[in-house]
Amino acid sequence: MPRFPSSDTHAEAAEAVLQAPVVVEVRDLSKTFRIPDQRVDSLKERAVHPFRKRSYRELEALKGISFDVHEGEFFGIVGLNGSGKSTLLKILGSIYRADRGSIRVAGRMAPFIELGVGFNPEMNARENIVLNAVMMGLSRQEAEAIVPAVLEFAGLEDFADLKLKNYSSGMMVRLAFSVMVEAEADIMLIDEVLAVGDAAFQQKCEDVFHDLREAGKTIILVTHDMASIEKFCHRAMMIHNGEVSILGKPEEVSEWYLRANFVERDQRPGFHPGASEEGDDAHVVDAWLSDLQGKRIDNVHEGEDFMVNAVLEGIREFDDPVVEFGVSDQAGSHVFGYRSRLSETGIETIRAGERVRFSAEVKNLLRPGHYYLNSQAFADGGNKDMRMRALRICDFVVFGTDSGSGFVKLVDEVDVMRDGEGA
Amino acid sequence: MPDVPEPMEPARNPELRPVTGPSALGGGWRRFLDLLLLISINDFRKTYFGTALGYVWSLARPLMLFAVLLFVFTRIFRVGSEVAHYPVLLLFNIVMISFVQEATQTAVVSVVNQEGVVRKTHFPRLVIPLAVVMTSFFNFCTNLIAVIIFVVAFGVTITWTWLLFPVVALLLFVFSLALSMLLSSLYPRFRDVGIIWSVLVTALFYATPVLYPLEIVPSQYVDIVMINPLAPIFEQARHWIIDPGAPGAVAAAGGWVHLIPAIAIYVGVCVIAVLVFRREAPRIAEEL
Repeated sequence: MPRFPSSDTHAEAAEAVLQAPVVVEVRDLSKTFRIPDQRVDSLKERAVHPFRKRSYRELEALKGISFDVHEGEFFGIVGLNGSGKSTLLKILGSIYRADRGSIRVAGRMAPFIELGVGFNPEMNARENIVLNAVMMGLSRQEAEAIVPAVLEFAGLEDFADLKLKNYSSGMMVRLAFSVMVEAEADIMLIDEVLAVGDAAFQQKCEDVFHDLREAGKTIILVTHDMASIEKFCHRAMMIHNGEVSILGKPEEVSEWYLRANFVERDQRPGFHPGASEEGDDAHVVDAWLSDLQGKRIDNVHEGEDFMVNAVLEGIREFDDPVVEFGVSDQAGSHVFGYRSRLSETGIETIRAGERVRFSAEVKNLLRPGHYYLNSQAFADGGNKDMRMRALRICDFVVFGTDSGSGFVKLVDEVDVMRDGEGA
Repeated sequence: MPDVPEPMEPARNPELRPVTGPSALGGGWRRFLDLLLLISINDFRKTYFGTALGYVWSLARPLMLFAVLLFVFTRIFRVGSEVAHYPVLLLFNIVMISFVQEATQTAVVSVVNQEGVVRKTHFPRLVIPLAVVMTSFFNFCTNLIAVIIFVVAFGVTITWTWLLFPVVALLLFVFSLALSMLLSSLYPRFRDVGIIWSVLVTALFYATPVLYPLEIVPSQYVDIVMINPLAPIFEQARHWIIDPGAPGAVAAAGGWVHLIPAIAIYVGVCVIAVLVFRREAPRIAEEL
């Protein structure tokens, strides 16, 4: 069953567009913001403490981004809030300067970043159209010439002489979008237009995107809307923590994005202190995933084996402890578990304050999805006398694009052939 | 797995030009001039058509200041009584110093006021302070029309040296622009620049020979007054326009040598302004 509306023609178009020349070339783009810990905003502060080192927190917004956009390509950029995509966009639009790396562009690029860009509320629509169009690279004469078309497209002919401060935000968006469309740049850089505006306008945007795509315009679209990524884009790219985390087919990127978004919103990956219950004789003080080299990781890629680690601390002494760990999926179904009787490794009792560390190597057959770790501890070598119950001590996500069903992937390939015997 | 984009070398390669990011002039000269014109015209129109009395207001301010100062300095302190054409000189000086004051004070906050444009678009940064100075300059020119009527009415003889006035105007324009560039690019980072400048602008009013001609300054202070780059400009303007009998800048200072500090400061401010603005321009969006 096809999970995405990606037809063969869609994929073919994406292949074809890659043969076109590169019109936007981004190489190793990096940007670090220095955020002062205590903002020294006045000369007086400087004068009073001239030798005080200004301490900065360095925020690496972009860590070496590279990609190409081809002529006539509809290229999508997605990313969670704070992933660095806005910074990328602002550097592409010449609003910020990159620290390192290069951008080369063939033709005129019109950025459409945030709504009401550079609109002057004191000026009327007509004047703002001209100003905006000039900003997008048109000459003054060309800008004057497109005014009627912009007003018509935006459906704002009756409000041409109204000052923009009296416009509703919806009208403002329509105007801004129309200027961008009518300015007919070679490359358009579009940030989040579908998020605002009423349904009619959204439909209009979609129609425009469709027309632009058909007309072979080069478009870079930044959005949170995976439907438009899958509908329009030839290729898409996801940025995560300032790096390109995936670049490729829109369906894959959108799935990757949805998973990341889900993790980010619902449950942060990693240890959740305080997951133990009141009155327990022990508690889990830390739990984490690591790769096989022991490096801590938050999430794991499908098919990559990993380790589950936990540290248990005694609160009240109990004998012959048995500790059990289990992994559940999002629906709460128990996927797998393992238990250890500590006397087998020579630990006969857990005393108050004493810590025991568990590390288990997991053969990763898990389907992509969200999982969490639970733990229980029993006394007297059995499973009757429960001394600890800690649910959801650690969350993690298995990333991937595998879309089979069931908990685990036990089948890699299926041999299929016509069976002649029965005929 | 994360895809690394593979380098593609298509046969027909359109010319790729590097994008250098925001700058003082960013985006080409034609675009720069178009934007400058649009912004200045809009500012100008706002001043003249935004309020009911429009032009009257822009003239009323220097005129009211003039009326008060004229009364104080001819009736109370009586400084002006000994100076030829004192009322005309005073009005002329007030209009000139008002231009410098208005331009620089509006410019200080201009970049911050245009935050939306600076943070969201590829806007050539220099347009912002330049448009402010140009708008003030338009005002200055229209005010001069009123001054000329006044000057002629007071019986000042028209001489050929009036034709040299553009030199004075240019010197004032460049100096105001330099100060505006400096102030507007520093203000986003150091907000107290605004307060400091509002004090300095008042000091400048008294330090410049606006209320008094240079010849009544005690001789031991003349060199100090002439350190101010505006002082020789005002003296020269007086010599050319109001009173050819008054000494020009060189004579008033007591020789070329005495003008060196003023010239050095004038040039220094301009050079520093250009350097600071060029350095700050790409970063302004991040500082806001």
